[in-house]
Order: sequence, then structure tokens, then C-alpha cells
Amino acid sequence: MSVLKELYQEVILDHNKNPRNFRKMDDATRHVEGYNPLCGDHYTIFLKLDGDIIRDVSFEGSGCAISKSSASVMTSMLKGKTKAEAESYFEDFHKLVKGELNAEQNMDRLGRLAAFAGVSEFPARVKCASLAWHTLHAALHDEGAAISTE
Amino acid sequence: MSGCKKAANWKSKMEITATYLADAAKAPVTVESCRFHFPLLRRQVNGKPLVYLDNAATSQKPQIVIDAIMRYYHEENSNIHRGVHYLSTKATEAYEEARIKVQNFINARSMQEVIYVRGTTEAINLVAATYGRMHVTAGDEVVISAMEHHSNIVPWQLLCEEKNAQLRVIPMNDAGELLLDEYERLLSDKTKIVAVTHISNALGTINPVKQMIASAHRRGIPVLVDGAQAVPHIKVDMQDLDCDFYAFSSHKMFGPTGVGVLFGKRELLEKMPPYQGGGDMIKSVTFEKTIYNDLPYRFEAGTPNIEGGIGLGAAIDYMNGMDLNAVAAYERELLAYATVRLKEIPGLTIIGAAKEKASVISFVLDGIHPHDIGTILDYEGIAIRTGHHCAQPVMKRFGIPATARASFAFYNTKEEVDVLVKGIYKVKEVLG
Ligand SMILES: Cc1ncc(COP(=O)(O)O)c(C=O)c1O
Repeated sequence: MSVLKELYQEVILDHNKNPRNFRKMDDATRHVEGYNPLCGDHYTIFLKLDGDIIRDVSFEGSGCAISKSSASVMTSMLKGKTKAEAESYFEDFHKLVKGELNAEQNMDRLGRLAAFAGVSEFPARVKCASLAWHTLHAALHDEGAAISTE
Repeated sequence: MSGCKKAANWKSKMEITATYLADAAKAPVTVESCRFHFPLLRRQVNGKPLVYLDNAATSQKPQIVIDAIMRYYHEENSNIHRGVHYLSTKATEAYEEARIKVQNFINARSMQEVIYVRGTTEAINLVAATYGRMHVTAGDEVVISAMEHHSNIVPWQLLCEEKNAQLRVIPMNDAGELLLDEYERLLSDKTKIVAVTHISNALGTINPVKQMIASAHRRGIPVLVDGAQAVPHIKVDMQDLDCDFYAFSSHKMFGPTGVGVLFGKRELLEKMPPYQGGGDMIKSVTFEKTIYNDLPYRFEAGTPNIEGGIGLGAAIDYMNGMDLNAVAAYERELLAYATVRLKEIPGLTIIGAAKEKASVISFVLDGIHPHDIGTILDYEGIAIRTGHHCAQPVMKRFGIPATARASFAFYNTKEEVDVLVKGIYKVKEVLG
């Protein structure tokens, strides 16, 4: 059970059941759709940017527990952060789910993201965990079109 | 009770194989004796005995198929149709013998009607690109069904785009059965071909293709049947069905990957332009004019998948050793048992309730995404497929993004169904 429990941690189960910032944002300055054609996961990330600052971020859509909780945790961490800070989280997150960053040694830096450390044991699920982040990345760079992880 | 009485009779060098084939030939037919022929089924996954329920994606291979391929490389490897030397003759014989086995297996009139291809996908593309290009013109219609695999949608879409023709779709009801009245209404002078699946990979529905072919023929319309999911489950008979084209893949019927068959009626194949150009498909080439080869070679350009053809032949030997009616009866029993057991699970909904159904069960769980089901079951050693099963229009029809799908072969058991059910309770516990 341990590897499974590592994957489906309390934080992930909680954010899956009660996703934060799970709403459409009517006054978003940018929104980008992210899509995983393999499993049908589909989200839209909404951003309200004020210069370099992320004033608000939210999401809508559907998918598995891993992709949904990842989107939820992401939005809950980024409000008030700069674009550069968001990009730096994205990099850390990417390394974490690929098993290239030790969660225990980087707890301070990772915060809630550490909950996704277990994903690295499930290569088939890395794309689920990263979907929202890739979509955010595209939104920050204003790559307006829908992006897909495949 | 499934029925693998005897498998094949070529002499294997591997003593174990020979012994258990002989045993299997004598022993009463049981599921266990079948399982014994499939070495992969003995392995563990994540520390648990493997429960392989992804047969609609690909089946496992019996030892005689694996041996046939090994024997080919150990003893006969060489190129076919082109050498005068001993090995080339042997390899050609083995490859062509396999074609005859296919012909007999599907009851085609002639070996000229059996074209080796890469798989179902290539078979359908071949027909769309040759017969389709030749006969479909602007304003014409191609009729497919709402439950097609992407491989029986996209080639026709490409054709229709190119020719400015229309794709028409036979709708289905909530049980996942085609609406035959609607089908009749769709057929018209504009219809140039009907392409329909024999068994749906996403829903398990067995379509009444014989009746559908007869309807189309009354209006002079030819029919292509996608038999990818049918051949491993039911006896298919080209002359009885009277279909014009029939496509299937070796890897779903216990043979190797990378090879499949397009059956085509000779009268139609003879008039079709070539698909790809190259070696083997020609009689003579000058820079001014090329004379194409006879059937079936005209549609087989280049060095083919020789081991694949030979392996497919061995798979057919294996299936011929079974009583296919007993297999079908056993699979029906397994399907009925699994359906009852799964329905008992609170929050579980089965997608696809056709009266005529093969042993494929798609399902969803309230509040739990299929992908999470797949991961947790995998942890228990259970292999199922999750996702849209290359049938996105089916998912859309039922208003779901994806399903979890358990698909059974004759080597699966009721005990494995029980393990699956237990696994699903575990999923609910983990994500509950
Ligand atoms: C109904 C059906 N048609 C076509 C295909 C395509 O077969 P292949 O990928 O072997 O070409 C499949 C395989 O998933 C299928 O289930």
C-alpha cells in the first residue's frame, strides 16, 4: 500500500474532492486550455496579471485526481507571486515529479508541492500531474492557443 | 470450459512445449490447460499474480506462436518470393502456408482474397485510398457508425475531405446498439461504401453485420467490416457474411504484432489501383511502363513482415485446436458473471448494455476518474485499459471523458473477475 499511499496523499485527496479556485474568471487577463488527449483530461487556467504580479488565478475543467489536485494546489500557491516565482515553482515541480528533486531535502522550497513527490514512482502519471503547470506556463508566456501534453 | 484440445502439430524443438502440447491434446479441455499455453500469464506484476484484462488492446501469445517465430529465425530466415536458394524457398513456403491458413480460417473463396497488411488500421486505409479514391466523388456519401474506432473514422474522413464527399453516421441507442431503421434511411444512391465494426472495442456490442451487409447489397453498396475485435471471439465466415472487405489484426487474436489481414472480394480487388509501389507488387518494370503483379501480391509492396505472417499462422493453428463454440459459450458465461459482480458495486455504472455483447466491459465509478482506477488496479497486478479507447465519439455520445475497460479472453477465469471486483473496492477505499 505504501507506494499508493505516497501517490494518493491526504493533500491530493483533499484538493481532488474540494478543489480550490475552481471557477471561471470573467475578468481574466489571460486564459489557456490544457488537454491530455490520451486520457481526456481537460482544464482551462485563468490568470489576472498586474504587470509581473499574478493577482488571481483559477481553473475549470475535469480530469483524474492527480491532474485536478495539481491544478488546485498550483492555484492556491501562486496568488500574489511574480511570474518569475511561478516559473521557478514550475521548474521545481517538474523536477520533483520526474524524481530529480528530493522532496525531504527541499521541504521549505516546495511547500505543498511536496505532496506530489509520489508521482515520480508512477511514470504514466507524470503527465497528469504536470498538465496544469504546462498550461500555466503557456498562459504566462501568452501562448494563447490550447496546449496539449502528448 | 473453454476448448483448446490440441494446438498445432509442427514439431517443436523445445521439449517442454512438445510435452504440454501433447498433454493438452489428450487432456479434457479446461481453462487451466489453456492458460498453461500462455507463458506471460504466469508472471507477477507489482508482487501480485498478473490478472490480464486488457485483451481488447492486445492478447497474450501462446508458446507455439512464440516458438514459430523463434524457429523461423533459427532455421529459415531469408527473404521471400525472390531467392532460388533453399532458405528463401522454405521461408516463402511458410509465409504462404500461413496465408492459406488465414483463408481457411475465415472461409475466403481464394488465397488471392487474403492480403497481408500491418494491421486493421492499414487494411482500412488501403481500402479508403484505393477503392475509396476510385469510387467516391463530390457529393457522394460514406456511411460509418457511431461506435467506430478512430481507425475506421479517420481514413474515411480524409477521403471525404479530399473528394468533397460526406461522412454519414449510423446513430446508436443508450444501450450501445445501432439504430437499424436509421441505417436503412441513410443508405441512398449517394452511398458509395459502408464501413462498420463487427464488435465495438469500447462497448462490446456485436453488430448484426450480416443483416447490414444484405441491406447495403440490395442497393448495390459494398461493405467493409472492421473485424479487429470479432476474430478473437467469434467464428467469422467471409462467404456467409458476404462482406466485400474485412479487416483484422493478428495481435488481437493471439498472434504477433505488426501483421494483419485485409480480406477483399476478388472481383473488387481486381479492379482496384495499387496501394503502394515497390518490389513484389510488380511483374515487370521499365521506365516507360510497369505491369502490376497478380492478386494478392499487387497490394503487398516491399519485404513484408515474414515472421509476423508465420506467427499468425501458428496462432490460427492454436485457435483451430479449440472448439470455438465452446470458447464463445465460456466467454459468454464469464461476461455474465463479471456483469453481475460489477453491477453489485455501489456507484459503478456499466457503459454498453447491448443484447448481443462480447466479453468487453466498459465502466465508470461515481466521482472517481478511470485513470485513477487504472493506477490502483495496476498496483494489485490487474491490467485494464483506461481512457477513450480510440473511440472519442463513443465517449461523447455517453457524455463521459473516459471509461475503465476490462476485456476478457478465453484464458481468463471467474477467480480473476473476483480479483477485479476486490480491486475496485480497494480503489473506492483509497479514493473514497
Ligand atoms: C474495433 C477496432 N478497430 C481497429 C483497431 C485498430 O487495430 P490496429 O491498431 O491493430 O491496427 C482496433 C484496435 O484497437 C479496434 O479495437
